[in-house]
Amino acid sequence: MAQLISRLRLWRGAVLLVAGLYFVLPMAASVYFSIDDPKGFTFEAYTGLLGAPGFTDSLWLTLRLALVTVLVVLVLLVPALIAARLGTPRLRAVLEVICTLPLVVPPVALTAGLIGVLRWGPDHLMDTPLFQTFVFVQDPKFPIVLVVAYVLMSLPLAYRALDSGLRAVDVRTLVEAARNCGASWPRAVVTVVLPNLRGALLNASFLTLALVLGEFTAASILGYQPFAVWIYSVGNSQAQMSVAVSVLSLLITWVLLLLLAAAGRERRHRTPARP
Amino acid sequence: MTTAPTPVPTPAATDPSGGAGAPGTAPASTPTVPAQRCTGAHAPAGRRRRPRGGSWLAALPLLVFFAISFGLPAVAIATGAFTASSDSETGAGQLTTDNLTASVQGAYWTALLSSVKLSALTALLGTVIGLPIAQAVVTSRYKAVREAVLSASGVLANFGGLPLAFAFVATLGNAGELTKLLHLTEHGWSLYSFTGLTVVYLYFLVPLMVLSITPALDGLRVQWREAAHNNRATTLQYWRHVALPILFPSLLGGFVLLFGSAFAAYATAAAMVGATVPLISRSIADALSGNVLVGQGNLALALSLDMIVVAALVMAVYLPLQRRSARWLS
Repeated sequence: MAQLISRLRLWRGAVLLVAGLYFVLPMAASVYFSIDDPKGFTFEAYTGLLGAPGFTDSLWLTLRLALVTVLVVLVLLVPALIAARLGTPRLRAVLEVICTLPLVVPPVALTAGLIGVLRWGPDHLMDTPLFQTFVFVQDPKFPIVLVVAYVLMSLPLAYRALDSGLRAVDVRTLVEAARNCGASWPRAVVTVVLPNLRGALLNASFLTLALVLGEFTAASILGYQPFAVWIYSVGNSQAQMSVAVSVLSLLITWVLLLLLAAAGRERRHRTPARP
Repeated sequence: MTTAPTPVPTPAATDPSGGAGAPGTAPASTPTVPAQRCTGAHAPAGRRRRPRGGSWLAALPLLVFFAISFGLPAVAIATGAFTASSDSETGAGQLTTDNLTASVQGAYWTALLSSVKLSALTALLGTVIGLPIAQAVVTSRYKAVREAVLSASGVLANFGGLPLAFAFVATLGNAGELTKLLHLTEHGWSLYSFTGLTVVYLYFLVPLMVLSITPALDGLRVQWREAAHNNRATTLQYWRHVALPILFPSLLGGFVLLFGSAFAAYATAAAMVGATVPLISRSIADALSGNVLVGQGNLALALSLDMIVVAALVMAVYLPLQRRSARWLS
């Protein structure tokens, strides 16, 4: 029996070791690839980044897109979800459907649909004021159409994060207590409910942020150049630099998502205290 | 993604604990139960304290945004797929099924099949590989191992797209470090193939599987295993007759989730393999950028419709399964 148990433990270690190797190898190789040089090591790929044409522009565009997307997602979802907790169950069902539907439409298909809509502009609406809206939405300096696509894509992620956060909080009791103490509706929500949702809000924001930082499909097909598309165009000419950027963007995503995992863990530790 | 596999309906969660510990846990849970009941049975009494219709008002911005930003593209796809393109020579804008027929023929049919094949294969491999890893993590004595693997899985499951493609090109591509080190090219290895793409996809699918199956494995009670062993079942028999049947909905749900992710992926394949492996997502992107015959401008929309149909079928399997698996594992 003891032998069997030790064999089982050995098996477990072997599985984790092999899996670990498979997951660590590409990262180690990428780092090595990005500093590899016939004469030894070089960090040119990293130092040359800042001066590379288009680097700052695309990064700046991505950061602005990410910020706006996160804000829009939160402004749209948070009131709706809190209201769904307090209001009719029917609203909750509707929200669940709405926030699951984007999963059914792959990003490529969504982009195809958006392009289909954008084509209506020149095709049918040339002489109407709506045409100006279509132009405005596609402004290459700040393409609102991308924000729309990103918000849709992050709805399922943000919904899950916020919903699980709300599940851990008894919103109804909190709001009723606040209302009984004479707080107005907005005050009850802002000063009582939202602070209780801090972890979930962070969660949703991080997930949305990570999605926007790495999104390539919609941006490249629609013809804009945020960071991910820029990396792609660099990759065609300078392989080493593109791998260096990948390593960097991977690091950024890791830090973001580890922060998220830490925030999530904190919340999970706290929840067992509640029944 | 990290929170995806956990939604367990609360009614089910309170069910099994109600038998043993109901009196002990009662004080905190009782207030919520009548509150919920009163909305159902005595709706007017429960609604009095809330502003009537206010909840729909608060959700209005989301509903309007969704109706416009999701509804319009959906309409565009649905109508575009069934009308002749504006650049076609005859009958522009007329109702036709030509786009759809063309989208399931020839090269496009091959691409769709190849996409489905790749997604099914990677999802199956991901499930088969992910299960032992998750089991090793769940039964590990060290809490640190569990935390580390689950955090890493959370990160890796979100690590798709371009960086992943470039990382693998640097590792196993033609000039990749590992390829050079082990002279893999001479052994017939190519990253830019179906096999290569499978290896790359597994990099984010296996962690996704680990994440989605861990809660189910946590739900397997030690008592079940002990009961099986007391009845002289071997470990193999325990897995075959007890654990796997219970896990089956969760496993299938995980498989479907993986299939969906692999099916929708575009950036990785676009950056890596180019045209060597035909994929439906690449066909759509090509058709959108004008790489089709004149008069087939709406073909991209028909292809999108095909893709949505497949994805919708997959989700139609996934959602009920997720609810069902919650019944046992709470």
